Amino acid sequence: MTYTATTPNQSLNDLALGETGILKDFDMPENIAEHLMNLGFVPGLEVMVARTGPGGNPRVYRVDGTEVALRRDLSQCIAVRPLHDAESLHDAAIEVE
Amino acid sequence: MTSPATVPFPAVAKGSPVYKTVAMVGPPNAGKTTLFNRLTGLRQKVGNFPGVTVEHHSGTYRFESGKEVCLVDLPGVYSLNPKSEDERVTVDVLNGNMRGAERPDAIILVLDSSNLNRHLILAGRVIALGLPTLVLLNMADELHKQGGSVDVLLLARQLGTPVALISAVTGEGVDAVEKFLFAAPHPPEPLELPIFGDPRHCREWAVRVGSHAGYQRGATPEWTRRLDSIFLHKVWGGAIFAIVIVAVFQTIFSLGQPASSFLQHLLDHIATILSNMLPPGMINSLAVNGIWKGAGSVLVFLPQILLLFLVIGILEDSGYLARAAVISDKVMARAGLNGKSFIPLLSAYGCAVPAIMATRTIENKRDRIATILIAPFMTCSARLPVYTMLIAAFIPDHPVFGPVVTTRAVVMLGLYVLGFVMAVVTAKVLKSSVLRSRDVAFIMELPPYRWPMWKSLALRLMDRAKAFFFRAGTVILGASVVLWALTYLPMHNGQPPQIADSAIASVGRFIEPAIQPLGFNWKIGVGLLSSFAAREVIIATMGTLHGVDPASHAMDLQEALKSDLSPAGAIALLVFFAFAMQCMSTMAVVRRETNSWKWPLLQFLYMTAVAYIAAFVAYHITLQYWS
Ligand SMILES: Nc1nc2c(ncn2[C@@H]2O[C@H](COP(=O)(O)OP(=O)(O)OP(=O)(O)O)[C@@H](O)[C@H]2O)c(=O)[nH]1
Ligand SMILES: [Mg+2]
Repeated sequence: MTYTATTPNQSLNDLALGETGILKDFDMPENIAEHLMNLGFVPGLEVMVARTGPGGNPRVYRVDGTEVALRRDLSQCIAVRPLHDAESLHDAAIEVE
Repeated sequence: MTSPATVPFPAVAKGSPVYKTVAMVGPPNAGKTTLFNRLTGLRQKVGNFPGVTVEHHSGTYRFESGKEVCLVDLPGVYSLNPKSEDERVTVDVLNGNMRGAERPDAIILVLDSSNLNRHLILAGRVIALGLPTLVLLNMADELHKQGGSVDVLLLARQLGTPVALISAVTGEGVDAVEKFLFAAPHPPEPLELPIFGDPRHCREWAVRVGSHAGYQRGATPEWTRRLDSIFLHKVWGGAIFAIVIVAVFQTIFSLGQPASSFLQHLLDHIATILSNMLPPGMINSLAVNGIWKGAGSVLVFLPQILLLFLVIGILEDSGYLARAAVISDKVMARAGLNGKSFIPLLSAYGCAVPAIMATRTIENKRDRIATILIAPFMTCSARLPVYTMLIAAFIPDHPVFGPVVTTRAVVMLGLYVLGFVMAVVTAKVLKSSVLRSRDVAFIMELPPYRWPMWKSLALRLMDRAKAFFFRAGTVILGASVVLWALTYLPMHNGQPPQIADSAIASVGRFIEPAIQPLGFNWKIGVGLLSSFAAREVIIATMGTLHGVDPASHAMDLQEALKSDLSPAGAIALLVFFAFAMQCMSTMAVVRRETNSWKWPLLQFLYMTAVAYIAAFVAYHITLQYWS
């Protein structure tokens, strides 16, 4: 796995439309993080910026087979690792067997 | 491999169902209520966005043998750790902590088969409760269409519960429910279930279980993406939203109004016939002026109200509402709320009561109260008749843009906007003072677009119509009859008084000084008083007051009203209705949902004050330009 010179803390907010990242962790109150995880934002999963809503905020993310809209300020608190084309597979980190 | 079969249950001769109370549990928007309605024959509300059901509802599932089971439809949950009031209902019912609801002795778990990886985590937690559970993978039709598949036998083996692939809409596989209910309780097999712990582990477990069952998710429907690239377009999305909203009101106005006027003529005609048929006297007056011209005059607005509910229903069922929440988030953020509040607010265009219930899905308590407090500013269907009548009577009909958008439609739309703006301003004030809270996260799941279920929509409209007739036959009829009686008193030598000397006139005269500054005479004052029973009662009241008055008896209501109001007074009255809180049922539901009298009383005083001041201002401004 190659870590290129990315900023040490890249957030979901930094991904551009159409880009995919791998979820790392959340910097937010426990209950909000839990809600996000229930919606499929589980560390290790791929998340893609599917759509920029009207006016650029909120944006729609595709994660785990669903689409979820989040505001910019919240996506700022979700750390991701950018995904390299070569490793693009579904559920990259935790596909079983 | 897709197998429609259910897990073979231990064969049991058809005797009685094994369970008494069975709860329907599952994530939001998985189709619990659709299935519940199919099994019980009831018509609870279904819609294509998460958080439609916010209360527990019980229904009876009857079998051919005459035996029955009590099914309980519950709000959707993402986990068993409630984040909002609606989720709390589900958890309370499951734990037997809900007053008035029996603790269930079995569970029907409804999952969305097009997203099992995520939903199996909830399955793990629910099965771990230890109650006999039937797992239903719903939306089989969509799974097939999108090329997904799952082996229910393999899944059943891993979950230790019976599993069936069903479609609550087409009915495919639904017989599994009956089999489950008659089979001997399944001994819960010891299972390694990921109840607690790291979400990553739970998710790994779910993926493992799913892949062992050969679960293949279907492709995301292409047209949902295509539609979203239009409706959520970075630039056009907002404009389309505005067009949708304007089109809605335009439709309601331009189609609904002619229907109402047609019915009005019909009604007047019948009133004449009725009046000629009955011998003159008290009975005649009661039937014609009290009942027919009173309660009857509200009935003509039925087509318009149904049209409104039809349009709201289409927005809810298609999935657009969830997008509207996203688009409106920006505006709501200005008010200190978020897009989630838009969903109840939109349903408040129909009626504030269910809208206030729907705020249960708002996680933040203060946001929820703020939304409850502003919801009655949305123009509800009870205001629609009042607006329609006053506009038709006082606003000249000139085209503005082309033949469709007329001055009348513009005024109507303006009133809707006025209510919304006042709601936003009020929210802003509340959220920057007493209800201040940390910025809350806006998290909105977007369901795929679906065709509205026309049949269930039609049934819902029928229920609406029934409710409307019921209201007309109870509150409105009651108010009209009381009012009529007051016009008949005090009697002199067995003769009713002149309207100006009647008991009702004394009441009206008593409050006249308070409302004169708004341009209202005593008759309008009586109408206003009566409208606190229900808004549209003012129409019934005016109908009766003019019906008993020989001077205006022969006129239709719109014409008669011109003797009570100047155009400026009419504008003031419209503005008053836009803002005033004149609805007992709303106050009752606010009391229940906030658990105190403080909020409904505050809301009542505030809205009435706003209405009074705004009507005063509107009256004097209009007088300057148009008298
Ligand atoms: N295609 C298809 N659509 C379905 C099926 N079952 C339900 N739906 C649709 O899914 C949407 C959600 O249905 P509901 O019954 O309201 O879902 P719910 O689980 O009660 O949702 P909440 O009350 O929000 O928890 C509606 O638009 C239904 O028409 C199905 O088997 N197939
Ligand atoms: Mg439901």
